[in-house]
Amino acid sequence: MADNPKEYQIQPGDFAPLDKQAGPDNEHIAAPSLTFGQDVWRRLKSNKTAFTSFIILVLLFLMAFGGRAIYHQNPNEQAPRYANLPPKIPGVNLPGFNGHIKQSGQDVDAYAQAGAGKDVHYILGTDYLGRDLLARIMYGTRISLEIALIATLIDLGIGVTFGIISGWKGGRVDLFMQRIIEILSSVPSLVVMVLMATAFQKTGMASIIAALALINWTTMARLTRAQTLQLKNQDFILAARTLGESAPKIAWKHLLPNLSSVIIIQTMFTIPNAIFFEAFLSYIGIGISSPQASLGTLINDGQKNFQFLPYQMWYPAIVLIILMLAFNLLGDGMRDAFDPKSKR
Amino acid sequence: MRKYLLKRIFYLILTLFIVATATFFLMKLMPGTPLQNEAKLTPSEKAAILAQYGLDKPVWMQYFIYIGGIFKGSLGLSFQFSDQAVSYLIGSRMGPSMQLGGQAMVIGVVFGIILGAVGAIRKDTWADRIATIISILGIAVPSFVLAILLQFYLGLKTGWFPVAGWQGFLYTILPTLALAASPLAETARFIRTDMVDVLSSDYIELARAKGLSKFGIVYHHALRNSLIPMVTLIGPLAAALMTGSMVVENIFSVPGIGEQFVKSILVNDYPTIMGVTIFYSALLCVLLLLTDIIYGIIDPRIRLSGNGD
Amino acid sequence: MDQAENIIEVRNLKIDFHTYAGEVKAIRDVSFDLRKGETLAIVGESGSGKSVTTRSLMGLLAPNAEIKGGSIMFHGEDIIKKSEKDMQHIRGKDIAMIFQDPMTSLDPTMRIGMQIAEPLMKHKGLKKKEAIAQALEMLKLVGITDPEGRINDYPYQFSGGMRQRIVIAIALVCYPEVLIADEPTTALDVTIQAQILDLMKDLQNRINTSIIFITHDLGVVAGMADRVAVMYAGKIVEYGTVDEIFFNPQHPYTWGLLNSMPTLDTASGSLSAIPGTPPDLLDPPVGDAFAARSDYAMKIDTEQEPPFFKVSDTHYAATWLLHPDAPKVTPPAEIVRRQKKFAAMQKPASPVKPAAAKE
Repeated sequence: MADNPKEYQIQPGDFAPLDKQAGPDNEHIAAPSLTFGQDVWRRLKSNKTAFTSFIILVLLFLMAFGGRAIYHQNPNEQAPRYANLPPKIPGVNLPGFNGHIKQSGQDVDAYAQAGAGKDVHYILGTDYLGRDLLARIMYGTRISLEIALIATLIDLGIGVTFGIISGWKGGRVDLFMQRIIEILSSVPSLVVMVLMATAFQKTGMASIIAALALINWTTMARLTRAQTLQLKNQDFILAARTLGESAPKIAWKHLLPNLSSVIIIQTMFTIPNAIFFEAFLSYIGIGISSPQASLGTLINDGQKNFQFLPYQMWYPAIVLIILMLAFNLLGDGMRDAFDPKSKR
Repeated sequence: MRKYLLKRIFYLILTLFIVATATFFLMKLMPGTPLQNEAKLTPSEKAAILAQYGLDKPVWMQYFIYIGGIFKGSLGLSFQFSDQAVSYLIGSRMGPSMQLGGQAMVIGVVFGIILGAVGAIRKDTWADRIATIISILGIAVPSFVLAILLQFYLGLKTGWFPVAGWQGFLYTILPTLALAASPLAETARFIRTDMVDVLSSDYIELARAKGLSKFGIVYHHALRNSLIPMVTLIGPLAAALMTGSMVVENIFSVPGIGEQFVKSILVNDYPTIMGVTIFYSALLCVLLLLTDIIYGIIDPRIRLSGNGD
Repeated sequence: MDQAENIIEVRNLKIDFHTYAGEVKAIRDVSFDLRKGETLAIVGESGSGKSVTTRSLMGLLAPNAEIKGGSIMFHGEDIIKKSEKDMQHIRGKDIAMIFQDPMTSLDPTMRIGMQIAEPLMKHKGLKKKEAIAQALEMLKLVGITDPEGRINDYPYQFSGGMRQRIVIAIALVCYPEVLIADEPTTALDVTIQAQILDLMKDLQNRINTSIIFITHDLGVVAGMADRVAVMYAGKIVEYGTVDEIFFNPQHPYTWGLLNSMPTLDTASGSLSAIPGTPPDLLDPPVGDAFAARSDYAMKIDTEQEPPFFKVSDTHYAATWLLHPDAPKVTPPAEIVRRQKKFAAMQKPASPVKPAAAKE
């Protein structure tokens, strides 16, 4: 089994002892060192689905919050003359975007029928009051996002604080706080929201945000608590405690940074959840009321005409679905990126 | 175990009590009495109606009457249907909701398990990708959008299924499908994540080292271990079905509780809103309790927790 | 050591892992034999490739592993070339395996009797009842008290040591020719370790199985193994009988390992760790992989890979220090002490000076 050492001709000086200093660095680590954040970002970028979702979300945010800078139409301007006009993009002759509709089996130029001039065109058509649908979708997306983001922010604040206190204090405090969560989560969240939204009806966005925030924080609190419980007994926290650092300072300096991945991932799932519930409430008619619009109310409006003018529901629905998809996929990607186990 | 059960039942009652109280006072905050719908009444008629609903008494008395009533199984009278008890209203509408919910749960869970298991076993293949796409769409497409699309394309346009109504099994198919999407997606995601974990565990490695076939490993070891934690999903799935039923029943005109609930909200029928809220909460609480009991029975790790090593 | 027949012959095995950082050359040209009835210990740090090597014997490599070359002959057939289906008939029947952590290697939801019976039903075609009856015999054999009463228990009802006995029962229930034990005692308390090792020795004598014993703990090896192979950075650097490795080690890495192991007669203060970390196998170093951490490295160690030099008929080491032209070096004091002991042991038979034991 022994290979014979003949293949190699020994050179003089081969057996000179190696200068330790000049020798290869035995503590050298070959992989480039990255901070945790850099590592996460790099892995997120390498996940094509998550990265595409991220780009899509950026575009949607730009459209929702900055779209009016380019597309000047007023989302609330009514033009009853031009009600229910199909999408028309000037110079484009694609079915669905040429301003034509099928009426009792015949192809009709709806714009000509409404007596619209040559310069009148609505890229995504109009609704039953003649409002520009694209402008309304941009506006509705903005309202939906605003509600979801503010509600999520409140969720974060309540949930994380609650979770850290519960996990950190332990004992009776923890027990009591856990009971509260238990009771809250044994009521179907939608019922709570419906109650809240009904009770504070007509207060607009605020009531919906309150309703969303009241129920969604329990998951965040539970996750934060579980993590805090784990971290609490780890050496670096114990060291900080031994050194006499105050509890709030430990929470801020040591706990939060270590909780951040859990919090960020959960946030990525809370946002689409809030978007969904807002749309749901608005859809059944107890959410946003006119003249404000959200994706839910737009879908509700569009649904009435779905048989004849399907685009009125399809477009807001597509935006809603894309939003939900992108947030969920990005959340999945973040979870994988943050998970050191999935390093590959 | 008995002590644990008693404790859990106590908390269940406490929870429902808190829910009932909170609901009661929330509803009292709101404007509106049964009179608002009928403005042209003589004072004596008004007084009679208020007396019929017990609204002539002070709020604290109304509260105790209401809570006392719950223990006797009474949830008050509906504003909308002035001669109907809320409990009767709920009872008469439970059938369709339970049937739809049950069908949707079975379809969602069964296909969800299959989808999730296929995804986990064939991880990172095209089969996994398709399963993932289906489950992520199930989460991203809201039930009301799905319901409208199903109604239009499979009902109105093709005429394969009835568009709306409640006259037999055929009428249940579309609403069931619309409702099943969310539990299917949730189950598939849960099972996939769980099973990927299980499949990379040491005891699966040992099962492979025993020379078991792929099917044997999945069937005898992986599936059972992934299905046990799925029991905890029953509660969230039921809650999702309640949510879904409100819009789906409305869209397909199914005479169920969800449809009634939305109607009651829109006409400010407070006693019914309160009644359905308490009913939903009670249902979910009981399901969560059952979940814990079942989990304890089927998971040998939990059964004698504390007596282990 | 009598020249028994070889059960397994591994030749020039090379295994790569595809990772997102690149190809990790986990096993770089490994060859060894396993003889009938012997216990071969494979020793090395974590990441040295000892577990990967044995997993390839079972055909249980991770999906991102690729066998780049070499052969594993078992009964005259190459295991590497066998299909997954064929391997299923070998696993658990001819070659069985014990894993490191008994707390996680049993299915928590299956009764232990059934878990032991499973291989019997698969390989011997036994009905459930017969298989359970044999499982009961096996439980007795591995020393579970009250086996009748416990055969229907679940894993969580057993302690770690008991669970490892059950894992051993599962591995041995088909009387395999080869048992691979992957750090079977690492996760156990020291007192339990000894019991499990005794049990394995005892069962080996009874059913005459060959054992490949993987460990990073040389202390365990001494009482257990007949022969030892020392692995470093995906290669075997030295192998020989247990006495030869313990008392006449030649490779500086083996010196380091022995030097970091406390024994009863270790001089106080002479315990020392090996400096540095193992090389990154994404880009294995040229020459002797251990050179960077070795106090005895020479120029050639960074240029040429050392071949195996014969120390005795059973003892080979891959270090340039054994080359006839290499300067004589003095190993660490602890090793010199051991070599003296070895010389004393050898004296009656042959008066060979250890360092000059090459031809």
